[in-house]
Amino acid sequence: MFDLTGKTALVTGASGGIGGEIARSLYAAGATVGLSGTRIEPLQALAAELGDRAHVLPCNLSDLAAVDELIKQAVAAMGSLDILVNNAGITRDNLFMRMSDDEWQSVIDVNLTATFRLMRGALRGMMKARWGRIINITSVVGHSGNPGQGNYAATKAGVLAMSKSLAQEVASRNITVNCVAPGLIETPMTEKLNDEQRAKILVGVPTGRMGKPQEVAAGVLYLASQEAAYITGTTLHINGGGDMS
Amino acid sequence: MSDIADRVKKIVVEHLGVEAEKVTETASFIDDLGADSLDTVELVMAFEEEFGIEIPDDAAETIQTFGDAVKFISSAA
Repeated sequence: MFDLTGKTALVTGASGGIGGEIARSLYAAGATVGLSGTRIEPLQALAAELGDRAHVLPCNLSDLAAVDELIKQAVAAMGSLDILVNNAGITRDNLFMRMSDDEWQSVIDVNLTATFRLMRGALRGMMKARWGRIINITSVVGHSGNPGQGNYAATKAGVLAMSKSLAQEVASRNITVNCVAPGLIETPMTEKLNDEQRAKILVGVPTGRMGKPQEVAAGVLYLASQEAAYITGTTLHINGGGDMS
Repeated sequence: MSDIADRVKKIVVEHLGVEAEKVTETASFIDDLGADSLDTVELVMAFEEEFGIEIPDDAAETIQTFGDAVKFISSAA
């Protein structure tokens, strides 16, 4: 439905459940895709599954110098960078009163600062091309808050406001900046939940089930497309109706 | 006119879509040539690429006119 032939995209966290599906969707739409993440083996497996237009670009986003290099590597591998999907994120959950400075800072570094640096690095090429798509994967938690996730929720709300600010700066250059905020999605991370935990979470979700990574990826694909040119600074909530407040 | 001035003028004309005659020594990018703040950032980026130099932020702020740009680049290139 959406054609990204000739476009180049970088997806961080592509070794994860949601990131992998985002990469598959963009690739299937014709884009050349850079797969970034810390675990090289799953990235290589995904690249082999996809084909010639997939490039493996390992990066540890907690190493901020490496973050600056990642954009250069992506441009070197793909020739340009038209679409940036900041999907990678980490959690270091703890109750507020027990949260260490390190638990706070490590989540800020990866989820907020690395996102800032990747966007800043990608902008030069997008400005020159007069076209760009930035899609940041946030979370329902960035809107609702969540006990034990003060650090994580802060970064996701931070990315949201940062995205709106940048969206206003670069809208005149045909660069859009949007967020996708997933609710509870079936990934290796949420597989660990037991039935009781699932049931409790799903009480607040009218759809009555968890989301699939493909359902998040479909939203990212839309925002990356030419058809979404008139959408910027917004958040697409993909949560089964779980946060309508 | 120097080679540097010619190259700077070409960038300004192309980027801002203005007539070459308007790009005079004292022409201000913002006040006279219709640039917005994002345009000035892009012009500095274009100068950096064209001349293979780095223009630090504090220097970039002093480049307000075509003449400022030529002067800075002449001293840096």
